[in-house]
Amino acid sequence: MSPRDLVVIGAGPAGMAAAAKAAKLGLGVAILDEQPQPGGQIYRDVDRVAPLRGDILGADYAHGTTLTEGLRDAGVDHIPGAVVWAIEDGFRISYTKEGRGAQIAADRILLATGALERPMPVPGWTLPGVMTAGAGQILLKQSGVLARDAVLVGSGPLLYLIAAQMVRAGTPPRAMVETQSAHDLMRAARHIGGAMRGWPYFAKGLRMLAEITRARVPRYTGATDIAIEGTDRADAVTFTLKGRAHRLSCRTVFLHHGVVPNTQAARSIGVSHGWDAAQACFVPKVNSWGESDVPGVFIAGDGTGIGGAKAAEIAGEIAALKVAQDAGRIAIEARDRQAARLRAAAAREMAARPFLDRAYPPFAEALAPADATVICRCEEVTAGDIRGYARLGCRGPNQAKAFGRSGMGPCQGRYCGLTVTALLAEANGQSPDATGYFRIRAPLKPVTLGELAAMDEIAQDAAE
Amino acid sequence: MKQDLPFLEMEGTPRVPVVLDGTPIDLPDGANLAAALLAAGVDVFRQTPVSGAPRGPFCMMGACFDCLVEIDGVARQACMMQVAHGLQITRPQGRTAAYGGDDEPA
Repeated sequence: MSPRDLVVIGAGPAGMAAAAKAAKLGLGVAILDEQPQPGGQIYRDVDRVAPLRGDILGADYAHGTTLTEGLRDAGVDHIPGAVVWAIEDGFRISYTKEGRGAQIAADRILLATGALERPMPVPGWTLPGVMTAGAGQILLKQSGVLARDAVLVGSGPLLYLIAAQMVRAGTPPRAMVETQSAHDLMRAARHIGGAMRGWPYFAKGLRMLAEITRARVPRYTGATDIAIEGTDRADAVTFTLKGRAHRLSCRTVFLHHGVVPNTQAARSIGVSHGWDAAQACFVPKVNSWGESDVPGVFIAGDGTGIGGAKAAEIAGEIAALKVAQDAGRIAIEARDRQAARLRAAAAREMAARPFLDRAYPPFAEALAPADATVICRCEEVTAGDIRGYARLGCRGPNQAKAFGRSGMGPCQGRYCGLTVTALLAEANGQSPDATGYFRIRAPLKPVTLGELAAMDEIAQDAAE
Repeated sequence: MKQDLPFLEMEGTPRVPVVLDGTPIDLPDGANLAAALLAAGVDVFRQTPVSGAPRGPFCMMGACFDCLVEIDGVARQACMMQVAHGLQITRPQGRTAAYGGDDEPA
Protein backbone atom coordinates (compact mmCIF):
# COMPACT_ATOMS: atom_id res chain seq x y z
CA MET A 1 0.00 0.00 0.00
CA SER A 2 1.29 3.49 -0.81
CA PRO A 3 2.16 5.86 2.04
CA ARG A 4 -0.69 7.72 3.71
CA ASP A 5 -0.67 11.48 3.36
CA LEU A 6 -0.76 11.66 7.15
CA VAL A 7 -0.47 9.18 9.98
CA VAL A 8 -1.55 10.46 13.39
CA ILE A 9 -0.29 8.73 16.51
CA GLY A 10 -2.70 8.97 19.44
CA ALA A 11 -6.51 9.29 19.34
CA GLY A 12 -7.02 11.85 22.10
CA PRO A 13 -8.46 15.33 21.44
CA ALA A 14 -5.49 16.63 19.39
CA GLY A 15 -5.14 13.46 17.32
CA MET A 16 -8.85 13.01 16.62
CA ALA A 17 -9.35 16.67 15.67
CA ALA A 18 -6.26 16.71 13.44
CA ALA A 19 -7.12 13.45 11.70
CA ALA A 20 -10.70 14.49 11.02
CA LYS A 21 -9.72 17.95 9.78
CA ALA A 22 -7.00 16.61 7.46
CA ALA A 23 -9.31 13.93 6.07
CA LYS A 24 -12.05 16.48 5.42
CA LEU A 25 -9.52 18.51 3.47
CA GLY A 26 -8.97 15.48 1.23
CA LEU A 27 -5.91 13.79 2.71
CA GLY A 28 -5.61 10.04 3.17
CA VAL A 29 -5.32 9.74 6.94
CA ALA A 30 -4.75 6.87 9.37
CA ILE A 31 -4.74 7.22 13.14
CA LEU A 32 -2.97 4.70 15.37
CA ASP A 33 -4.00 4.39 19.00
CA GLU A 34 -3.09 2.04 21.85
CA GLN A 35 -6.60 1.86 23.26
CA PRO A 36 -9.42 -0.28 21.85
CA GLN A 37 -11.68 2.81 21.53
CA PRO A 38 -10.86 6.40 20.48
CA GLY A 39 -10.79 9.18 23.09
CA GLY A 40 -7.32 9.17 24.58
CA GLN A 41 -7.09 9.31 28.36
CA ILE A 42 -9.23 12.43 28.80
CA TYR A 43 -12.15 11.01 26.78
CA ARG A 44 -11.37 7.37 27.46
CA ASP A 45 -14.06 5.03 26.08
CA VAL A 46 -16.35 8.06 25.79
CA ASP A 47 -18.80 6.60 23.24
CA ARG A 48 -19.76 3.75 25.56
CA VAL A 49 -19.36 5.55 28.87
CA ALA A 50 -20.91 9.01 28.32
CA PRO A 51 -24.47 7.58 28.20
CA LEU A 52 -23.74 5.37 31.26
CA ARG A 53 -22.25 7.91 33.67
CA GLY A 54 -22.02 11.25 31.90
CA ASP A 55 -23.82 12.76 34.91
CA ILE A 56 -20.88 11.84 37.14
CA LEU A 57 -18.12 12.66 34.67
CA GLY A 58 -19.60 15.95 33.50
CA ALA A 59 -20.32 17.76 30.22
CA ASP A 60 -16.63 18.33 29.46
CA TYR A 61 -16.14 14.57 29.24
CA ALA A 62 -19.23 14.02 27.11
CA HIS A 63 -17.88 16.63 24.65
CA GLY A 64 -15.48 13.88 23.53
CA THR A 65 -18.29 12.19 21.58
CA THR A 66 -18.26 15.11 19.11
CA LEU A 67 -14.63 14.25 18.35
CA THR A 68 -15.15 10.49 17.97
CA GLU A 69 -18.12 11.27 15.73
CA GLY A 70 -15.97 13.64 13.69
CA LEU A 71 -13.36 10.92 13.30
CA ARG A 72 -15.94 8.46 11.95
CA ASP A 73 -17.66 10.97 9.67
CA ALA A 74 -14.40 12.13 8.08
CA GLY A 75 -13.52 8.62 6.89
CA VAL A 76 -10.28 8.38 8.84
CA ASP A 77 -8.73 4.90 8.98
CA HIS A 78 -8.77 4.33 12.75
CA ILE A 79 -6.41 1.54 13.82
CA PRO A 80 -7.14 0.77 17.49
CA GLY A 81 -5.10 -1.40 19.83
CA ALA A 82 -1.92 -0.38 17.99
CA VAL A 83 1.18 0.06 20.16
CA VAL A 84 3.75 2.08 18.19
CA TRP A 85 7.33 1.06 18.94
CA ALA A 86 9.38 2.57 16.13
CA ILE A 87 9.21 5.54 13.76
CA GLU A 88 11.79 5.60 11.01
CA ASP A 89 12.65 8.25 8.46
CA GLY A 90 10.55 8.45 5.44
CA PHE A 91 8.22 7.62 7.43
CA ARG A 92 7.79 4.01 8.36
CA ILE A 93 5.93 3.35 11.60
CA SER A 94 6.14 -0.05 13.29
CA TYR A 95 3.52 -1.15 15.76
CA THR A 96 2.11 -4.20 17.48
CA LYS A 97 -1.54 -5.12 17.26
CA GLU A 98 -3.13 -8.28 18.64
CA GLY A 99 0.21 -9.99 19.09
CA ARG A 100 1.53 -9.25 15.60
CA GLY A 101 3.95 -6.66 14.34
CA ALA A 102 2.77 -4.39 11.52
CA GLN A 103 3.98 -1.33 9.64
CA ILE A 104 2.43 1.66 7.96
CA ALA A 105 4.09 4.26 5.73
CA ALA A 106 3.34 7.99 5.79
CA ASP A 107 4.46 11.18 4.04
CA ARG A 108 3.90 13.17 7.20
CA ILE A 109 3.26 12.24 10.80
CA LEU A 110 1.52 14.01 13.62
CA LEU A 111 2.40 12.99 17.16
CA ALA A 112 -0.54 13.45 19.50
CA THR A 113 0.74 11.36 22.37
CA GLY A 114 -0.49 13.72 25.06
CA ALA A 115 0.71 13.89 28.60
CA LEU A 116 1.89 11.71 31.46
CA GLU A 117 1.45 12.38 35.15
CA ARG A 118 4.41 14.30 36.51
CA PRO A 119 6.39 11.75 38.52
CA MET A 120 5.65 12.25 42.24
CA PRO A 121 8.31 10.30 44.12
CA VAL A 122 7.43 10.42 47.82
CA PRO A 123 8.27 7.68 50.32
CA GLY A 124 6.00 4.69 49.68
CA TRP A 125 4.79 5.76 46.22
CA THR A 126 5.63 2.34 44.76
CA LEU A 127 3.28 0.45 47.12
CA PRO A 128 0.23 -1.31 45.67
CA GLY A 129 -2.79 0.92 46.32
CA VAL A 130 -0.88 4.06 45.35
CA MET A 131 -1.83 5.26 41.87
CA THR A 132 -1.85 8.44 39.87
CA ALA A 133 -5.00 10.55 40.04
CA GLY A 134 -5.24 10.01 36.31
CA ALA A 135 -5.33 6.27 36.94
CA GLY A 136 -8.12 6.78 39.45
CA GLN A 137 -10.06 8.70 36.86
CA ILE A 138 -9.43 6.08 34.18
CA LEU A 139 -10.79 3.42 36.56
CA LEU A 140 -13.94 5.47 37.02
CA LYS A 141 -14.35 6.42 33.36
CA GLN A 142 -13.60 3.22 31.56
CA SER A 143 -14.47 0.59 34.14
CA GLY A 144 -16.87 2.18 36.61
CA VAL A 145 -14.53 1.15 39.42
CA LEU A 146 -14.46 3.49 42.42
CA ALA A 147 -12.14 3.70 45.40
CA ARG A 148 -14.11 3.55 48.66
CA ASP A 149 -11.67 5.40 50.93
CA ALA A 150 -9.08 7.13 48.75
CA VAL A 151 -6.89 9.96 49.95
CA LEU A 152 -6.02 12.41 47.18
CA VAL A 153 -2.53 13.85 47.51
CA GLY A 154 -0.91 16.72 45.62
CA SER A 155 -2.25 19.75 43.82
CA GLY A 156 -3.95 21.07 40.73
CA PRO A 157 -7.28 21.21 38.92
CA LEU A 158 -7.33 17.49 38.07
CA LEU A 159 -7.25 16.65 41.77
CA TYR A 160 -10.42 18.72 42.32
CA LEU A 161 -12.06 17.26 39.24
CA ILE A 162 -11.60 13.67 40.35
CA ALA A 163 -12.67 14.56 43.89
CA ALA A 164 -15.87 16.16 42.56
CA GLN A 165 -16.53 13.15 40.33
CA MET A 166 -16.06 10.81 43.30
CA VAL A 167 -18.50 12.91 45.33
CA ARG A 168 -21.08 12.70 42.52
CA ALA A 169 -20.57 8.93 42.29
CA GLY A 170 -21.36 8.57 46.01
CA THR A 171 -17.84 7.61 47.15
CA PRO A 172 -16.26 10.90 48.26
CA PRO A 173 -12.54 10.80 48.98
CA ARG A 174 -11.55 10.19 52.57
CA ALA A 175 -9.52 13.42 52.43
CA MET A 176 -7.51 15.73 50.21
CA VAL A 177 -3.91 16.36 51.24
CA GLU A 178 -2.92 19.40 49.19
CA THR A 179 0.62 20.59 48.66
CA GLN A 180 0.06 24.13 47.38
CA SER A 181 0.30 26.91 49.95
CA ALA A 182 -1.30 30.29 50.54
CA HIS A 183 2.00 31.74 49.34
CA ASP A 184 1.55 30.03 45.95
CA LEU A 185 -1.91 31.52 45.64
CA MET A 186 -0.53 34.99 46.37
CA ARG A 187 2.15 34.58 43.72
CA ALA A 188 -0.55 33.48 41.29
CA ALA A 189 -2.71 36.49 42.12
CA ARG A 190 -0.95 38.78 39.66
CA HIS A 191 -2.15 36.44 36.90
CA ILE A 192 -5.74 36.71 38.07
CA GLY A 193 -6.57 38.80 35.00
CA GLY A 194 -5.76 35.83 32.79
CA ALA A 195 -7.77 33.60 35.05
CA MET A 196 -10.74 35.91 34.64
CA ARG A 197 -10.34 35.93 30.84
CA GLY A 198 -10.45 32.17 31.13
CA TRP A 199 -13.48 32.60 33.39
CA PRO A 200 -15.34 29.41 32.41
CA TYR A 201 -12.45 27.44 33.92
CA PHE A 202 -12.36 29.64 36.97
CA ALA A 203 -16.11 29.22 37.48
CA LYS A 204 -15.85 25.45 37.00
CA GLY A 205 -13.04 25.30 39.54
CA LEU A 206 -15.13 27.15 42.11
CA ARG A 207 -18.11 24.87 41.45
CA MET A 208 -15.96 21.78 41.97
CA LEU A 209 -14.57 23.18 45.22
CA ALA A 210 -18.12 23.88 46.40
CA GLU A 211 -19.12 20.27 45.65
CA ILE A 212 -16.12 18.98 47.60
CA THR A 213 -16.87 21.29 50.54
CA ARG A 214 -20.58 20.37 50.57
CA ALA A 215 -19.62 16.68 50.80
CA ARG A 216 -17.51 17.58 53.85
CA VAL A 217 -14.33 16.13 52.37
CA PRO A 218 -11.53 17.22 54.74
CA ARG A 219 -8.91 19.34 52.99
CA TYR A 220 -5.41 19.69 54.39
CA THR A 221 -3.70 22.51 52.48
CA GLY A 222 0.03 23.22 52.55
CA ALA A 223 1.03 19.70 53.66
CA THR A 224 4.71 18.72 53.85
CA ASP A 225 6.72 15.59 54.79
CA ILE A 226 4.27 13.49 52.81
CA ALA A 227 4.79 9.72 52.91
CA ILE A 228 2.74 6.61 52.33
CA GLU A 229 2.96 3.87 54.94
CA GLY A 230 2.54 0.17 54.34
CA THR A 231 4.41 -3.07 53.86
CA ASP A 232 2.62 -5.09 51.17
CA ARG A 233 0.20 -2.30 50.25
CA ALA A 234 -0.68 1.25 51.24
CA ASP A 235 -2.12 1.53 54.76
CA ALA A 236 -1.96 5.26 55.44
CA VAL A 237 -0.81 8.70 54.30
CA THR A 238 1.30 10.67 56.77
CA PHE A 239 2.17 14.37 56.58
CA THR A 240 2.92 17.48 58.57
CA LEU A 241 0.70 20.54 58.68
CA LYS A 242 1.50 23.64 60.73
CA GLY A 243 4.04 21.67 62.73
CA ARG A 244 1.61 18.89 63.57
CA ALA A 245 1.98 15.29 62.35
CA HIS A 246 -1.08 13.68 60.74
CA ARG A 247 -1.87 10.10 59.78
CA LEU A 248 -4.84 9.14 57.63
CA SER A 249 -5.46 5.43 57.21
CA CYS A 250 -6.63 4.43 53.74
CA ARG A 251 -6.15 1.68 51.18
CA THR A 252 -5.99 3.84 48.08
CA VAL A 253 -3.89 6.93 47.44
CA PHE A 254 -4.22 9.01 44.28
CA LEU A 255 -1.15 11.16 43.59
CA HIS A 256 -1.10 14.20 41.31
CA HIS A 257 0.92 17.35 40.95
CA GLY A 258 0.38 18.16 37.34
CA VAL A 259 0.91 16.45 34.02
CA VAL A 260 3.85 16.83 31.65
CA PRO A 261 4.27 16.26 27.90
CA ASN A 262 4.91 12.68 26.85
CA THR A 263 7.98 13.29 24.69
CA GLN A 264 9.08 9.67 24.08
CA ALA A 265 8.07 9.40 20.41
CA ALA A 266 9.28 12.90 19.49
CA ARG A 267 12.64 12.35 21.13
CA SER A 268 13.07 8.98 19.43
CA ILE A 269 13.09 10.67 16.01
CA GLY A 270 15.39 13.50 16.98
CA VAL A 271 12.99 16.40 17.61
CA SER A 272 14.77 19.11 19.66
CA HIS A 273 13.45 19.79 23.14
CA GLY A 274 13.96 22.61 25.59
CA TRP A 275 13.19 23.28 29.25
CA ASP A 276 9.97 25.16 30.00
CA ALA A 277 10.54 26.85 33.35
CA ALA A 278 6.88 27.89 33.85
CA GLN A 279 5.66 24.30 33.54
CA ALA A 280 8.87 22.71 34.92
CA CYS A 281 9.21 20.16 32.13
CA PHE A 282 10.80 19.61 28.74
CA VAL A 283 8.75 20.54 25.68
CA PRO A 284 9.47 19.81 22.01
CA LYS A 285 10.45 22.79 19.88
CA VAL A 286 7.59 23.44 17.48
CA ASN A 287 6.43 26.47 15.51
CA SER A 288 2.95 27.99 15.67
CA TRP A 289 1.64 25.19 13.39
CA GLY A 290 3.00 22.45 15.62
CA GLU A 291 5.75 21.74 13.10
CA SER A 292 8.93 20.37 14.68
CA ASP A 293 12.52 20.79 13.48
CA VAL A 294 12.35 17.33 11.87
CA PRO A 295 10.78 17.85 8.42
CA GLY A 296 7.35 16.24 8.11
CA VAL A 297 6.93 15.73 11.86
CA PHE A 298 4.11 17.67 13.55
CA ILE A 299 3.18 17.59 17.22
CA ALA A 300 -0.10 18.83 18.71
CA GLY A 301 -1.83 18.88 22.05
CA ASP A 302 -0.46 18.42 25.55
CA GLY A 303 2.61 16.77 23.99
CA THR A 304 3.85 20.30 23.16
CA GLY A 305 3.12 21.78 26.60
CA ILE A 306 0.14 21.44 28.89
CA GLY A 307 -2.97 23.30 27.78
CA GLY A 308 -5.80 20.84 28.35
CA ALA A 309 -8.25 19.01 26.11
CA LYS A 310 -9.92 21.96 24.35
CA ALA A 311 -6.59 23.62 23.57
CA ALA A 312 -5.35 20.26 22.26
CA GLU A 313 -8.34 19.93 19.97
CA ILE A 314 -7.69 23.38 18.51
CA ALA A 315 -3.96 22.71 18.12
CA GLY A 316 -4.80 19.52 16.23
CA GLU A 317 -6.90 21.45 13.75
CA ILE A 318 -4.22 24.10 13.32
CA ALA A 319 -1.59 21.46 12.59
CA ALA A 320 -3.95 19.75 10.13
CA LEU A 321 -4.31 23.02 8.19
CA LYS A 322 -0.54 23.25 7.70
CA VAL A 323 -0.30 19.57 6.77
CA ALA A 324 -3.06 20.02 4.21
CA GLN A 325 -1.44 23.12 2.74
CA ASP A 326 1.91 21.30 2.48
CA ALA A 327 0.09 18.52 0.64
CA GLY A 328 -1.49 21.04 -1.72
CA ARG A 329 -5.05 20.52 -0.45
CA ILE A 330 -5.71 24.03 0.80
CA ALA A 331 -4.48 27.44 -0.33
CA ILE A 332 -2.35 29.52 1.97
CA GLU A 333 -5.01 32.26 2.24
CA ALA A 334 -7.76 29.84 3.25
CA ARG A 335 -5.38 28.12 5.67
CA ASP A 336 -4.48 31.40 7.34
CA ARG A 337 -8.08 32.60 7.49
CA GLN A 338 -9.17 29.42 9.28
CA ALA A 339 -6.10 29.38 11.48
CA ALA A 340 -6.71 32.94 12.69
CA ARG A 341 -10.09 31.95 14.13
CA LEU A 342 -8.59 28.87 15.76
CA ARG A 343 -5.70 30.84 17.24
CA ALA A 344 -8.11 33.31 18.86
CA ALA A 345 -9.98 30.38 20.43
CA ALA A 346 -6.68 28.84 21.58
CA ALA A 347 -5.69 32.08 23.30
CA ARG A 348 -8.97 32.04 25.25
CA GLU A 349 -8.34 28.43 26.27
CA MET A 350 -4.82 29.21 27.45
CA ALA A 351 -5.70 32.42 29.33
CA ALA A 352 -6.05 30.77 32.73
CA ARG A 353 -2.89 28.68 32.36
CA PRO A 354 -0.32 31.10 33.89
CA PHE A 355 -2.57 31.46 36.95
CA LEU A 356 -2.99 27.69 37.31
CA ASP A 357 0.72 26.97 36.81
CA ARG A 358 1.57 29.30 39.69
CA ALA A 359 -1.33 28.57 42.02
CA TYR A 360 -0.65 24.81 41.82
CA PRO A 361 3.11 24.39 41.41
CA PRO A 362 4.74 20.96 41.54
CA PHE A 363 5.33 19.63 45.07
CA ALA A 364 8.86 20.72 46.02
CA GLU A 365 9.59 17.55 48.04
CA ALA A 366 8.79 15.39 45.04
CA LEU A 367 11.03 17.45 42.73
CA ALA A 368 13.98 16.96 45.08
CA PRO A 369 13.13 13.78 47.01
CA ALA A 370 14.89 12.61 50.16
CA ASP A 371 17.87 10.31 49.60
CA ALA A 372 16.03 7.11 50.60
CA THR A 373 13.11 7.66 48.20
CA VAL A 374 12.93 5.40 45.14
CA ILE A 375 12.82 7.61 42.05
CA CYS A 376 13.18 4.97 39.30
CA ARG A 377 10.30 2.57 39.91
CA CYS A 378 11.53 -0.05 37.44
CA GLU A 379 15.13 -0.41 38.57
CA GLU A 380 14.52 0.79 42.16
CA VAL A 381 17.13 3.53 42.09
CA THR A 382 16.88 6.11 44.90
CA ALA A 383 17.39 9.87 44.88
CA GLY A 384 20.46 9.29 47.06
CA ASP A 385 21.87 6.94 44.43
CA ILE A 386 21.58 9.66 41.77
CA ARG A 387 23.20 12.26 44.05
CA GLY A 388 25.97 9.73 44.71
CA TYR A 389 26.56 9.31 40.96
CA ALA A 390 26.86 13.10 40.66
CA ARG A 391 29.53 13.09 43.37
CA LEU A 392 31.42 10.49 41.33
CA GLY A 393 31.34 12.82 38.32
CA CYS A 394 28.08 11.87 36.60
CA ARG A 395 26.90 14.91 34.61
CA GLY A 396 23.85 13.73 32.72
CA PRO A 397 20.99 11.21 32.65
CA ASN A 398 22.55 9.00 29.98
CA GLN A 399 25.70 8.60 32.03
CA ALA A 400 23.51 7.85 35.05
CA LYS A 401 22.19 4.78 33.23
CA ALA A 402 25.69 3.30 33.25
CA PHE A 403 26.05 4.10 36.95
CA GLY A 404 22.84 2.46 38.09
CA ARG A 405 20.30 1.61 35.36
CA SER A 406 17.84 4.42 36.14
CA GLY A 407 15.58 4.77 33.11
CA MET A 408 16.55 1.38 31.69
CA GLY A 409 13.54 -0.63 32.88
CA PRO A 410 10.41 -1.28 30.87
CA CYS A 411 8.91 2.21 31.41
CA GLN A 412 12.03 3.62 29.72
CA GLY A 413 12.28 6.63 31.97
CA ARG A 414 8.70 7.83 31.62
CA TYR A 415 8.31 8.01 35.42
CA CYS A 416 11.88 8.91 36.43
CA GLY A 417 13.31 10.99 33.59
CA LEU A 418 12.38 14.43 34.87
CA THR A 419 13.46 13.49 38.41
CA VAL A 420 16.85 12.26 37.23
CA THR A 421 17.40 15.47 35.26
CA ALA A 422 16.34 17.61 38.25
CA LEU A 423 18.55 15.74 40.72
CA LEU A 424 21.63 15.88 38.48
CA ALA A 425 21.00 19.54 37.59
CA GLU A 426 20.81 20.45 41.27
CA ALA A 427 23.81 18.35 42.31
CA ASN A 428 26.00 19.67 39.50
CA GLY A 429 24.78 23.28 39.62
CA GLN A 430 23.68 23.03 35.97
CA SER A 431 20.49 24.05 34.19
CA PRO A 432 18.04 21.33 33.13
CA ASP A 433 18.88 22.14 29.49
CA ALA A 434 22.60 21.67 30.10
CA THR A 435 21.89 18.47 32.05
CA GLY A 436 19.70 17.07 29.28
CA TYR A 437 17.39 14.08 29.22
CA PHE A 438 17.52 10.36 28.49
CA ARG A 439 18.26 9.50 24.87
CA ILE A 440 15.09 7.73 23.75
CA ARG A 441 15.42 4.98 21.17
CA ALA A 442 13.18 2.42 19.53
CA PRO A 443 11.59 0.18 20.60
CA LEU A 444 9.46 2.76 22.41
CA LYS A 445 7.48 -0.05 24.02
CA PRO A 446 8.73 -3.59 24.58
CA VAL A 447 8.11 -5.87 21.62
CA THR A 448 8.52 -9.65 21.77
CA LEU A 449 10.39 -11.77 19.23
CA GLY A 450 7.14 -13.61 18.66
CA GLU A 451 5.43 -10.34 17.70
CA LEU A 452 8.31 -9.53 15.35
CA ALA A 453 8.23 -13.01 13.82
CA ALA A 454 4.51 -12.55 13.16
CA MET A 455 5.15 -9.18 11.45
CA ASP A 456 2.92 -8.55 8.49
CA GLU A 457 4.80 -8.04 5.24
CA ILE A 458 5.61 -4.36 4.76
CA ALA A 459 3.95 -2.99 1.66
CA GLN A 460 6.46 -3.42 -1.17
CA ASP A 461 6.23 0.10 -2.55
CA ALA A 462 6.83 1.55 0.89
CA ALA A 463 9.93 -0.55 1.50
CA GLU A 464 11.60 0.38 -1.79
CA MET B 1 -17.24 -9.16 52.44
CA LYS B 2 -17.60 -7.14 49.23
CA GLN B 3 -18.03 -4.05 51.40
CA ASP B 4 -14.53 -4.59 52.74
CA LEU B 5 -12.81 -4.38 49.35
CA PRO B 6 -10.96 -1.14 48.52
CA PHE B 7 -12.84 -0.75 45.23
CA LEU B 8 -16.50 -0.71 44.28
CA GLU B 9 -17.90 -1.70 40.87
CA MET B 10 -20.71 0.35 39.34
CA GLU B 11 -21.48 -1.90 36.38
CA GLY B 12 -23.03 -5.34 36.54
CA THR B 13 -21.29 -6.80 33.49
CA PRO B 14 -21.75 -10.57 32.93
CA ARG B 15 -18.78 -12.53 34.24
CA VAL B 16 -16.56 -15.11 32.65
CA PRO B 17 -14.20 -17.58 34.34
CA VAL B 18 -10.43 -16.95 34.27
CA VAL B 19 -7.61 -18.54 36.27
CA LEU B 20 -5.37 -16.48 38.57
CA ASP B 21 -2.32 -18.34 39.90
CA GLY B 22 -4.17 -21.64 39.51
CA THR B 23 -7.33 -20.41 41.26
CA PRO B 24 -10.56 -19.96 39.27
CA ILE B 25 -12.05 -16.45 39.50
CA ASP B 26 -14.91 -14.76 37.64
CA LEU B 27 -14.29 -11.34 36.09
CA PRO B 28 -16.49 -9.00 34.01
CA ASP B 29 -16.34 -10.04 30.34
CA GLY B 30 -14.44 -7.57 28.17
CA ALA B 31 -13.47 -5.34 31.12
CA ASN B 32 -10.04 -3.79 31.50
CA LEU B 33 -8.07 -6.59 33.15
CA ALA B 34 -6.23 -4.41 35.68
CA ALA B 35 -9.45 -2.70 36.75
CA ALA B 36 -11.25 -6.04 37.00
CA LEU B 37 -8.54 -7.55 39.20
CA LEU B 38 -8.48 -4.47 41.46
CA ALA B 39 -12.25 -4.62 41.83
CA ALA B 40 -11.97 -8.33 42.69
CA GLY B 41 -9.70 -7.39 45.61
CA VAL B 42 -6.34 -8.24 44.01
CA ASP B 43 -3.84 -5.57 45.06
CA VAL B 44 -0.39 -7.11 44.53
CA PHE B 45 0.06 -7.87 40.81
CA ARG B 46 3.72 -8.86 40.90
CA GLN B 47 6.97 -8.67 42.81
CA THR B 48 9.82 -6.72 41.29
CA PRO B 49 12.85 -8.49 39.83
CA VAL B 50 15.24 -6.15 41.68
CA SER B 51 14.15 -6.44 45.33
CA GLY B 52 10.99 -8.55 45.30
CA ALA B 53 8.91 -5.51 46.30
CA PRO B 54 5.15 -5.80 45.73
CA ARG B 55 3.60 -3.74 42.93
CA GLY B 56 0.17 -3.07 41.52
CA PRO B 57 -1.37 -0.84 38.85
CA PHE B 58 -0.07 2.74 39.00
CA CYS B 59 -0.83 4.62 35.76
CA MET B 60 -3.64 2.57 34.11
CA MET B 61 -2.52 3.84 30.70
CA GLY B 62 0.23 1.52 29.57
CA ALA B 63 3.14 3.76 30.58
CA CYS B 64 4.52 2.51 33.92
CA PHE B 65 4.59 -1.31 33.47
CA ASP B 66 3.90 -1.87 37.18
CA CYS B 67 0.81 -3.99 36.45
CA LEU B 68 2.76 -6.62 34.50
CA VAL B 69 1.27 -10.09 34.78
CA GLU B 70 1.87 -13.21 32.74
CA ILE B 71 -0.92 -14.14 30.38
CA ASP B 72 -0.54 -17.60 28.95
CA GLY B 73 3.16 -17.38 29.81
CA VAL B 74 3.88 -13.95 28.24
CA ALA B 75 4.47 -10.81 30.35
CA ARG B 76 1.73 -8.30 29.53
CA GLN B 77 0.45 -5.03 30.97
CA ALA B 78 -2.84 -5.90 32.69
CA CYS B 79 -4.11 -2.34 32.11
CA MET B 80 -3.79 -2.86 28.35
CA MET B 81 -5.66 -6.19 28.29
CA GLN B 82 -9.32 -7.08 28.22
CA VAL B 83 -10.86 -9.88 30.25
CA ALA B 84 -11.65 -12.90 28.10
CA HIS B 85 -13.04 -16.36 28.92
CA GLY B 86 -10.35 -18.74 30.13
CA LEU B 87 -7.41 -16.30 30.47
CA GLN B 88 -4.56 -17.94 32.37
CA ILE B 89 -3.06 -15.21 34.58
CA THR B 90 0.08 -15.66 36.66
CA ARG B 91 1.52 -13.05 38.99
CA PRO B 92 5.29 -12.75 38.43
CA GLN B 93 7.40 -13.40 41.50
CA GLY B 94 10.80 -11.83 42.05
CA ARG B 95 13.65 -12.60 39.72
CA THR B 96 11.67 -14.00 36.81
CA ALA B 97 9.44 -10.95 36.78
CA ALA B 98 11.30 -8.90 34.14
CA TYR B 99 9.40 -8.05 30.97
CA GLY B 100 9.76 -10.88 28.49
CA GLY B 101 11.22 -13.35 30.98
CA ASP B 102 14.42 -13.83 32.93
CA ASP B 103 16.88 -10.97 32.84
CA GLU B 104 20.41 -11.91 33.83
CA PRO B 105 22.32 -9.25 35.76
CA ALA B 106 25.19 -7.63 33.87
